[in-house]
Amino acid sequence: MSELYRLSVAQAARALRAGEVSPGELLASYVERNLEMEQLTHAFITYDPDRAAKDAQEVTRRWPELGWSVLAGVPAAIKDNMCTRGLLTTCGSRILDGFLPPYDATVVDRLTRAGMVLLGKTNMDEFAMGSSCESSAYAVTRNPWNPGRVPGGSSGGSAAAVAAGQAAYALGSDTGGSVRQPAALCGVVGLKPTYGRVSRYGLVAFASSLDQVGTFTRSVEDCALVLQVIAGHDPKDSTSVPRPVPDYRAALGRDLAGLTLGIPREYFEVALDPGVRRQVEEAIHDLEDLGAKVGECSLPHSEYALSTYYLIAPAEASSNLARYDGVRHGLRSSGDDLESMYQNTRHQGFGSEVKRRIMLGTYALSSGYYDAYYLRAQKVRTLVKRDFELALERFDALVCPTSPTVAFGIGERVDDPLTMYASDVLTVPANLAGLPGLSVPCGLSEGLPVGLQIIGRPFDEETLLTIGHALEKHRPLDPEKRGPLYRPGGDPYVL
Amino acid sequence: MVSITREDVEHVARLARLTLTQQEVQVFTRQLSQILAHVDTLRQVDVSGVEPTFHAVPDLVNVTRPDVSRPGLPVDEALANAPQRSRGYFRVPRMGKEE
Repeated sequence: MSELYRLSVAQAARALRAGEVSPGELLASYVERNLEMEQLTHAFITYDPDRAAKDAQEVTRRWPELGWSVLAGVPAAIKDNMCTRGLLTTCGSRILDGFLPPYDATVVDRLTRAGMVLLGKTNMDEFAMGSSCESSAYAVTRNPWNPGRVPGGSSGGSAAAVAAGQAAYALGSDTGGSVRQPAALCGVVGLKPTYGRVSRYGLVAFASSLDQVGTFTRSVEDCALVLQVIAGHDPKDSTSVPRPVPDYRAALGRDLAGLTLGIPREYFEVALDPGVRRQVEEAIHDLEDLGAKVGECSLPHSEYALSTYYLIAPAEASSNLARYDGVRHGLRSSGDDLESMYQNTRHQGFGSEVKRRIMLGTYALSSGYYDAYYLRAQKVRTLVKRDFELALERFDALVCPTSPTVAFGIGERVDDPLTMYASDVLTVPANLAGLPGLSVPCGLSEGLPVGLQIIGRPFDEETLLTIGHALEKHRPLDPEKRGPLYRPGGDPYVL
Repeated sequence: MVSITREDVEHVARLARLTLTQQEVQVFTRQLSQILAHVDTLRQVDVSGVEPTFHAVPDLVNVTRPDVSRPGLPVDEALANAPQRSRGYFRVPRMGKEE
């Protein structure tokens, strides 16, 4: 069997079970694919095939006891803001140069126990602050559908790696859309679980009341398989919720009849690309054809969500990033005394987007402005959350676009922070409300993927998977197999 | 309408322990003014009587564990990433300037 990298997680698992391929052969296919694609995508900050080979050997050795795990032996990538013991973890920042974490993030630990073969750490906007992967201190990741376009962000490396066949699945983190938006722009499935569903222990903190670990996969079934392993309570993360984890695979293939879907009016009033609007409306019609009852609803405070987010997230970030001071890890610049060492380290270690957000957050929290900005934003957040609660009393889930546009051009928005921030307008509300959101590819516009976003009730990832799975079967993104997964490396690309 | 001055930017940079170049001060003065003008729309919202949401999971209260000691990171591992270390401690430059 050739082109093993094209197999989904579920297909690879079946091939491994049947003895048709070994973990080593599967890995070899990914390593070879990486050789032809990485020069185009720049998806990884750290790529370590030798380490992955050890993982594959270990999985082979443990094979008899790994019978329970469908992920065993399947090559994966992890966003570079999740701690991996002894493996460089930079957050896309110079300030974490050389940082080798002394422990694994809980999600990494859970996947390792489940037999993950870890290929490497993926590129990201510095400290996950960005919507295009361009604020990384290391490289600009390119969209495998068109290398002149961004992959989205901040988890752009994870999205590009999965789309290009450089990893079977990947983890990302989503603070304001950083899993769902790049998934939409790269034509893969991206899930941000409910706040509290997945442990954040070992995820480098950006905005602690919003951050959540999420998944990138090539199918909704694969999404269920990965979520199954990473979901659940963790005593090391006090914000993870002790609730039983359902069997997510059981949510696949359920009938849509009886499900009610709300279309938030305000999400279609923002400036949407006509092609995005068309694909999303068609997808919603398809869901109706499949038996779902569709109706309009209103989230009246939507227009304030983006401003609320861009006060709360920088405020929390300015506090979380205070720890990067050149004392315990990473970069240290010289200085005559402690104070100037701190300042020089932070001056040299942080890029401009991170500085901008630290400045904005520090301002919003500073004496005299706290009530006007930070506290007011937290109150508006209550109203945003309440809108969702009312809408989700009437509807089982809400459907809308993930991103107002398809992948934009590299360099197009870097000089204009407000335009870049507006990329997140349809994704930040779910973070503010702590709700789960799934982005599923639903069509192409200008030859680039469009994502449908499905937002659900807290801890009801199952309904999102049911809907996403039905849509994917009915409306496959790439039936003619023209996407990046099927392209030979290099050939059709002109840079 | 909010307007941010260079002095505001320099003050906030000091609070955040960031050294900014003159050019950064200039760019941030303009950009932060634009961003704050944008988020100023929140003033239109009637928030009287509305409680803030600091956390998305409402029923989660303080989570504690029994106060018993557990093994932690060995000193060597905890210091392994330190730019400078000395006798089991992180080493840093002196705290004050010499008189």
